[in-house]
Amino acid sequence: MSASIQNPPAAKTRSGALMEWVHARAPRLRRFTKEHLTEYYAPKNFNFWYYFGSLAMLVLVLQIVTGIFLTMNYKPSATEAFASVEYIMRDVDWGWLIRYMHSTGASAFFIVVYLHMFRGLLYGSHKNPRELVWIFGMLIYLCLMAEAFMGYLLPWGNMSYWGAQVIVSLFGAIPGIGEALVEWIRGDYYISDITLNRFFALHVIALPIALLGLVVAHLLALHEVGSNNPDGIDIKKVKGPDGHPVDGIPFHPYYTVKDLVGVVVFAALFASVVFFAPEMGGYFLEHANFEVADPLKTPEHIAPVWYFTPFYAILRAVPNKLLGVALMGLAVVSFFFLPWLDRSKVRSVRYRGWLYKGFLTAFAISFIALGYLGLMPATPAYTNAARIFAVIYFLFFFLMPWYTRIDQTKPVPDRVTYHAH
Amino acid sequence: MLIKKLALVLTLAVAAVPATGLASEGGGLLQSAHTDVGNTASLQRGARNFVNYCMGCHSARYVRYNRMGADLGLSEQQVIENLMFTGERPHETMRIAMNPEDAKRWFGTTPPDLSLMARARGTDYIYTFLKSFYVDPSRPTGVNNLVLPGTAMPHVLWQLQGLQTAVYEGESDAKGEAVHKKFKEFELAKPGSLTPHEYDEFVRDTVNFLAYIGEPMQIQRRNLGLRVLGFLLVFFLLTYFLKKEYWKDVT
Amino acid sequence: MSSDAEAIDGGRRHFLLVATTVTGLAGAALTAVPFLASWKPSARAQALGAPVDADISKIEAGSFIKVNWRGQAVYIVRRTPEMIAKLKTPEVTGNLRDPESNESEQPAYAKNDVRALKPEFLVLLGVCTHLGCAPMGRFQPQDAELGATWPGGFYCPCHGSKFDLAGRVFKDVPAPLNLRIPPYRFLNDGVVQIGADTGAAA
Repeated sequence: MSASIQNPPAAKTRSGALMEWVHARAPRLRRFTKEHLTEYYAPKNFNFWYYFGSLAMLVLVLQIVTGIFLTMNYKPSATEAFASVEYIMRDVDWGWLIRYMHSTGASAFFIVVYLHMFRGLLYGSHKNPRELVWIFGMLIYLCLMAEAFMGYLLPWGNMSYWGAQVIVSLFGAIPGIGEALVEWIRGDYYISDITLNRFFALHVIALPIALLGLVVAHLLALHEVGSNNPDGIDIKKVKGPDGHPVDGIPFHPYYTVKDLVGVVVFAALFASVVFFAPEMGGYFLEHANFEVADPLKTPEHIAPVWYFTPFYAILRAVPNKLLGVALMGLAVVSFFFLPWLDRSKVRSVRYRGWLYKGFLTAFAISFIALGYLGLMPATPAYTNAARIFAVIYFLFFFLMPWYTRIDQTKPVPDRVTYHAH
Repeated sequence: MLIKKLALVLTLAVAAVPATGLASEGGGLLQSAHTDVGNTASLQRGARNFVNYCMGCHSARYVRYNRMGADLGLSEQQVIENLMFTGERPHETMRIAMNPEDAKRWFGTTPPDLSLMARARGTDYIYTFLKSFYVDPSRPTGVNNLVLPGTAMPHVLWQLQGLQTAVYEGESDAKGEAVHKKFKEFELAKPGSLTPHEYDEFVRDTVNFLAYIGEPMQIQRRNLGLRVLGFLLVFFLLTYFLKKEYWKDVT
Repeated sequence: MSSDAEAIDGGRRHFLLVATTVTGLAGAALTAVPFLASWKPSARAQALGAPVDADISKIEAGSFIKVNWRGQAVYIVRRTPEMIAKLKTPEVTGNLRDPESNESEQPAYAKNDVRALKPEFLVLLGVCTHLGCAPMGRFQPQDAELGATWPGGFYCPCHGSKFDLAGRVFKDVPAPLNLRIPPYRFLNDGVVQIGADTGAAA
C-alpha cells in the first residue's frame, strides 16, 4: 500500500476532491481522458464531411437504447411478433415514438455511414498509416448490414418474410454446400418461427456486442495514428515549441463543441422524419410490411430496403445466379482492398488529378444510380442501365492501381488550408 | 459554393424521379381520397359506417373502443350506444364473431382485418376500390371490381351507391365481340339511396376512419414534432454560438 | 488581446456554456420521459385489469367466493346476521390492532364498523398484509386449531396472522394492517363489480 493513495493532492472543491479520490485509485482514467480527448490533437481544418463519425456513434447509441425498450414489449414468435409491434404502436405509452425512432434510426445509420465512407474516399483516410482503421470500419459496415437484415425480419410483415426468403436463398447459389447452408441458416425448411427467434438473438445481442467492440477498435486504431484531414497532410510533421502539431487542436473542447452543433442539426432532420414522415414514402417503413407475413402471397414487388439496393441492383443485373451473388459480394468486399488499390502518393482529392476525380464522381453517381435501379422493377431497360453502372462501379476499383499511379497530382502543401470560422 | 452545387444537384435529382401515378391492379389511375384525420366529424361518421357496414366481416383487431372514442371526441356512453352492438366492453378491441375458417369456405378467402389496411394499400386505393364495384353476372357475388378484379367481396354498399355497369370502348371484330376492351366509365344502372356525391362523401368518411385507425396517434405525433423542432431551434442557436465562441481561439 | 476583452470573452463563454448545458440537460430529461413513461401499464394491461363483475346471488350465507381481479384473489363473503353482530362486540374489537381501520387501505365507504358498502357482503383482497399469502377462511368460531376464543375470520397459514370477519387484523400477529379492500360497487342485487365504484356501467 503506497502512501500516495492515502494522501491525494488537495483539491479546491468537493467534486474536485472526488475526482482526485477516483484518479488516485484509477490513474489510467486521467491518462485516458488526456490521450483521447483533451490532449488528442486533431487537425483544425475538419469540414462538413467530418461530422459523420460522431453522428454514427450517436445513431449507434440511439439504436441500442430504443432497441432495448422495444425488446421490453416485442415478442419474437411468428404468431405474436406482428401483433406485438402493433401493441407497441398503440397500447404502450409512447411506444409509437420509440418504434419510429428505431425504424428511422436504421435508415439514418446508413445515410450517415455512407457519407462517412465517402469522406474516406475524398480525403484518402484509407491510406497508410490508416489501413487498419479502414479495415475495422469495413467490418463495422458488414456487421451493420447483417444487423439491419436480421432486424428487418423481426416485425414479421410480408416484406420482412419475403425479403428474408429471397436473400437467404441466395446462399443456395454456392455450389455444393448451398442448399445445406440455406437450411442451416434458416434452422428449418422455410423461413419460420425458428428463423425469427435466432435472428432476434443475433440482432439483439450478438451483433450489437460485435459492433460495439469493432467501434472501440476502430477508434483506438484511429487514435494510434491520428486523424486525417481534408488536405490529406500529416499534421504531426510540423510541431510547435510545446511539442504539439501547429495545425492541430485538442479534440476537447473544440471538436466536442463543434460536433454538438452537428448533433443538433442531425436531431432536427431526424425529428422531422420521425414526427412528420416516419414512413418516408414507403422507403423507411415499407407499405407491404403493414400486412402480416404470408408464405402464400408474395408482394407485387420485392425489394430490399433502400440501403441495400445498390448491391441488389448488381445482383439482378447479372443473368447467372451464382455469378450474380459472387459479384454482389465482390461489390462489398472490394472496399476492403482500397488501401492497396490506391497507389497515389497523394491522399486528398484536393491535390489529386482529373483521373481520380473523374472516377470517384462516376463511382458516386453509379452507386446512387444502382441504388435507384435496385428499387425499381427489373425491366429490360433498367437491367441494361444497371449493367452499365455496375461496370463503372467495378472499374473504379479494378482500374484504380493504374489511374492512381499515372494521375497528375498537385503539390501538397506543408500546412493545412484553414479559414477561421 | 459547395452548398449551391449540392442544392442544384439535389433539385435535379428530385425532378428526375418520374412522377408515377398510383395505379391499381386492374389498370386505371386511383382517385384521390383527400382524407383529413383532423376532421373529427368525418371520423365519427366513418366510425359509424365502419361498424354498421364493414364489421360484419372485417375486424379491426388492434383498435380499442375506448381509445377510439376518446380520439373521436365521444363519451364512453356514446361509444357503447352507437358503435358497440354485441356486448363487448369499451376496453376491448374491435373483433368480430365470424369464424375465419367459415369465412374461407364461404368467400374463398378470409376477409382481412382492416386495422392497417390504409397503411398497407393507401387510402386512395381503398377509396377507389369502394367506388369501383360493377355488375358482373359471371361472378358468384354478381359483382366484380375494377381495382381488384375477381374480388371475393360482395358490394356491401350497393343499396347506398346503387348498381353500376362497366362501359368499355374498343373495336369489335366481325362477330361483334369487343377486342382491345378498354374501360371507359361506369354507368349507374340502378340508383341507390344516396346520390353519387353523397356516396363519395360516405366512402370518404369511411376511408378517413380507416386512415385514423391505421395510425391513431398521427395528430399527436405531428403536434409534438412542432414542439420538438422548436426546442431544437433554440438549442441549435445556443450550441452554434457556443461553438463560435470557443473557435475564436483557433487561428 | 487586452485583459478587458479576455474578461468579456470569458464571461460570454461561461454564459453560453451554462446556457447550453442547462438546455441540453433539459432536453435530455424531456427525451427520457417517453422511455420512462413506456413502463406505465399499457392499454392492454389496463384492459386486462379492468373491473370484473361477480355473481353474488348464489353465495350461501356464511360462505365466500374468490374472484380474480388484476391477478389477485378477491374474497366476497356473504355474512350471516350473527357474523355481522359479532363484529361490533368488545371481545372481537378488543383483540384488533386497528379496529377503526385508520391505517389500513379501503375506500371511504368501507371505513365503517362492518368495512363494507352493504353489511351482508364483505369484499376484500385475499392477500395477507404481512408477506402476501392467501389467507384461509375459518369462519367457524372456536376452531379446534385456533382456540376457544376464535371468533371466526381469516387465518393465514404462512406465518399465523389472523383477521376477523371484516378483515381486520388481530394484535400480536405478524401482519401489520387490516386486509385491503378494493373499490367496488353493486350493479344490482345479484352482481358486484370489483375495481370500479364510479363511471359508466362498462
